[in-house]
Amino acid sequence: MAMDKLYEFLTGPALWITVIIFVGGLAIRLAWLFGLSQERDKPWHDFKSAVWAWRSIIHWVLPWASVSSRNQPVFTGAVWVFHICWIGVPLFLGAHNMLFDEAWGWSLPSLPDAVADWASLAVIACGVFFLVRRLSRPEVRILTSAWDYTLVLLALAPFVTGWLAFNQYGPYGLMLNLHIFLSEVLLIVLPFSKLAHMVLFFASRSAIGYEFGTRRGARVW
Amino acid sequence: MTAEAQKAADEAQENAAASPETEAPKPVNVGKIKTILAANEGARMRMWLSICSRCGLCAESCFFYLAKDKDPKLSPAYKAIHTIGKMYKAKGEVSREFLEECKEVVWGQCTACRRCTMYCPFGIDIATMIATARAVCYSQGIVPDGLARTTENIRTTGNQMAMATEDWIETCDWMAEEYGEEVHGLEIPMDKPGADYMYTVNPREPMYYPQDVGMAAEIFHVAGLNWTMPSTGWDSTNLAMFAGDRVVATIPVKAMYDKALELGVKNIVITECGHAFRSAKFEGPYWVGIPGGKPPVPVIHSVELFRDIMREGKIKLKHKFEHKVTYQDPCNVSRNGGLWDIGRELVNMLCDDFVDMTPNREHNHCCGGGGGFIPMGPPYKKRRMESGKIKAEQIRATGATHVIVPCHNCFDQINDLNKEYDLKVKVVSFKEIITEIMEIPESMIPPEEDEEEAIQAEEEAKEAIEKGAMEEAGEVQES
Ligand code: HEM
Ligand code: HEM
Ligand code: SF4
Ligand code: SF4
Repeated sequence: MAMDKLYEFLTGPALWITVIIFVGGLAIRLAWLFGLSQERDKPWHDFKSAVWAWRSIIHWVLPWASVSSRNQPVFTGAVWVFHICWIGVPLFLGAHNMLFDEAWGWSLPSLPDAVADWASLAVIACGVFFLVRRLSRPEVRILTSAWDYTLVLLALAPFVTGWLAFNQYGPYGLMLNLHIFLSEVLLIVLPFSKLAHMVLFFASRSAIGYEFGTRRGARVW
Repeated sequence: MTAEAQKAADEAQENAAASPETEAPKPVNVGKIKTILAANEGARMRMWLSICSRCGLCAESCFFYLAKDKDPKLSPAYKAIHTIGKMYKAKGEVSREFLEECKEVVWGQCTACRRCTMYCPFGIDIATMIATARAVCYSQGIVPDGLARTTENIRTTGNQMAMATEDWIETCDWMAEEYGEEVHGLEIPMDKPGADYMYTVNPREPMYYPQDVGMAAEIFHVAGLNWTMPSTGWDSTNLAMFAGDRVVATIPVKAMYDKALELGVKNIVITECGHAFRSAKFEGPYWVGIPGGKPPVPVIHSVELFRDIMREGKIKLKHKFEHKVTYQDPCNVSRNGGLWDIGRELVNMLCDDFVDMTPNREHNHCCGGGGGFIPMGPPYKKRRMESGKIKAEQIRATGATHVIVPCHNCFDQINDLNKEYDLKVKVVSFKEIITEIMEIPESMIPPEEDEEEAIQAEEEAKEAIEKGAMEEAGEVQES
C-alpha cells in the first residue's frame, strides 16, 4: 500500500535527514554565532558572568517573573503552557517512546495517554489564542507577516495531526503520515527561522544579562 | 568587530563627518553603508534581527507609543524592523528618501532609553540597533542639524559648545572668587596631580549656568575633598554618540582619560548628567580601544560621590529640605547605570518628604529629552512636548513641588514640560539642594563681614549669575 511505503520512507531516511538537519542546523548556527561574537561582540565576552546569565534567563523562563510578562498575564500564561506542553508531549508521549525503543532500544518515561492528549489540546488552544491575539492587537498585527502566521500554524501542525491520528479521527494512515511529514517539515525549518529561539533565547538573554548586569549593575526583567 | 572592519567603518564615518550638511538630492554611498552595517553585524545583531517573535510586548514599554494613543507604528519592534531591519535586508542598498524617512524614526521617535530592552522576552536591544541605523544615516549626511552642529564643535574644539580653554579656566576662576565670598578658602584647583577626584562637567555649565561649577566647588570644599578641575578633557558629555559618529565620539572621551592618567587622579567624577556617564564609563572604553572595556580610571557619577560625602558625614545639614520632592531617574543613571538605589539613598538623606513616581527606578520612563533630543532643538520641540506627556503625568501624579533631576537633558526637558503642562513644580539638581541646606563650618565662614552682609552678598551674587545666565540661555537650546 502506498501509505505504508510512505510511512516507511518518512520514518526511515526522511527521519534521519530531519534529525541531522535539525540538530546539525541548530548546532552549527550556535557555533557560528559564538565564533562571530568573539570577533565582533567584545562586550559580550568582556563581561561574561554565569550569575547574570542565569538571572536574566530565569526571570524570563518562569512565568510572571518579569514586569513585562506581568503586564500581559494571560498571554504569559498561554506562552508558558504552550511551551511546556510543546516540548513535553513529544518527548514523553507513549507512542513516540515506543518508536524510540524500537529504533534505539531505549526510551523516556511515558505520560499517561490521557494527559498527553489533553496537553496536545492545550497546545492547540494556546496556538489559536496566539493567532487571535496577533490579529486583534494592532501593535502585534502590524509586526506580523504571512510567514509569522505560517510558523505558528506549522508549530501547531504536529499537534493537530497527532491528536487526530491518536484519536483515530479521519483516515488514520493518512493522518499519521501527515503528522510525521509536517513534524519533519517543522523540524527542518526550525533552525533557520525565528523558532531557533529555542536555543538562541539562552544566548541572547545571556548577552543582555551581561550587558546590563555585569557591565552596569542593572536588571533586565 | 574586526579591527579592519572597524577601521573601515570609522573611516567611512570620518569622511562623512567632514561634510555633514550634504545637499538633499544626491546618491547614497552604498559602500560606506555596507561597511558600517558589516562592522556592526555581530552575533547579537544577527540574533536580534532573526529571533524577534513579533510578540509586541515591547510596545507598551515605549513612551512614544504610550503618548500617542498607542500608535502601533511607534512600537520599538516596528521602528527597528522598518529602519535597521530594512537596511540589513537590502544589504545596504537603500535610497536617500528611505534614509530621510529613517531619520525621522531613529531620532524623532526614539531616545535610545533602552526601556524596551527590559520588556522583550529575548532581551533584544532595540536602542543599540537604532544606534547603528543612526550611524548609517549620519554617514550619508542625514542627521538633525542640532546634532550635526554639536558634533562639528567637538570635532574642531574638543567640546560640544566650542568653548575656548581660556574661557573655561576663566569661568572656574570667576566662580572660585564668587563662591569664595561665601566659603572662606574656597578654591577651584586646576590640574592638581594625584587628586582623589577629577571633576568633569557639561559645557552648558560654564557657558550658561556657571553657578553649577561654583556649587560643585562649594560642596567639595566643605566636604574637604582632595579634588581637581582639569584644564582639558573637562567636557564629559558626548553628543557625537547620539549623532552616530564614533570617530568624533572618541575625541572627548580620550581627552578625559588622557588627562586623568596624566594627573594620576584616582577617580573621574561626572557632573549631574546622564549620557556623559554612559559615554565615559561604558561606551568610551570601546571607542578608545581599551581591552576589557573598562575606563583606565574609575568613573563615578555625582550621585555616587554626593551619596558618599553625605554618608561619611563630611557635610552636615542645617535642616532637611522642606518641600515635597520626587526623583527623576535619568535613563543613563538608573536603567543604564545601575544607580537607582544610590539616587534614592541620597534623596532620603537630604529630604524628608519624598514620593516616587510610578513606574520608577530602572523602570522609569525616559523624560523625552534623551538620546540627543534636547540639542536637536526647535524642529523637534513639538514632538518632544507630545511624547513628554507620559513624564508630565507621572510627575503630576506625585503631587510633588520639586523634582530632583541629576541630568542636564532631563533638567531641560522637565523644565519645558513644566511650562507646557503647567505642572507648577520646580526642577532642581542635587547640587542646588545640598548647597541650600548644608552647614558651612565655622572655620569656613568668611571673617570680616557680619552675617547679614554675607547673606546679602550671597543673594546678590546668585541674582547676578542667574540674570546673566537667563539672558544667554534665552537664545540657546543646547545642552
Ligand atoms: C518526526 C517524527 C515523528 C513521528 C514518527 C511521530 C509519530 C507519532 C505517532 C506514531 C503518534 C501516535 C499516533 C497514534 O497514537 O496512533 C504520534 C502522536 C503525536 N505526536 Fe508525533 N511523531 C513525530 C514527531 C512529532 C513532533 C515533532 C511532535 C511535536 C512537536 C509530535 C507530537 C505528537 C502529538 C502531540 C501526538 C498526539 C498525542 C495525543 O494526542 O495523545 N510528534 N506521533
Ligand atoms: C527551551 C526552549 C524555548 C524557549 C526558552 C522559548 C521561549 C520563548 C519566548 C520567550 C517566547 C516569546 C513569548 C512571546 O511571544 O511573548 C516564545 C514565543 C514562541 N515560541 Fe518559544 N521558546 C522555546 C522553544 C520553542 C519551541 C521548541 C517552539 C516550537 C516551535 C517555540 C515556539 C514559539 C512560538 C510559536 C512563539 C510565538 C508565540 C506567538 O505567536 O506570539 N518555542 N518562545
Ligand atoms: S529605546 Fe526607549 S524610546 Fe527607543 S524604542 Fe525603546 S523604549 Fe522607545
Ligand atoms: S518584545 Fe522583543 S520579540 Fe517581542 S516584538 Fe518586541 S523586540 Fe520582538
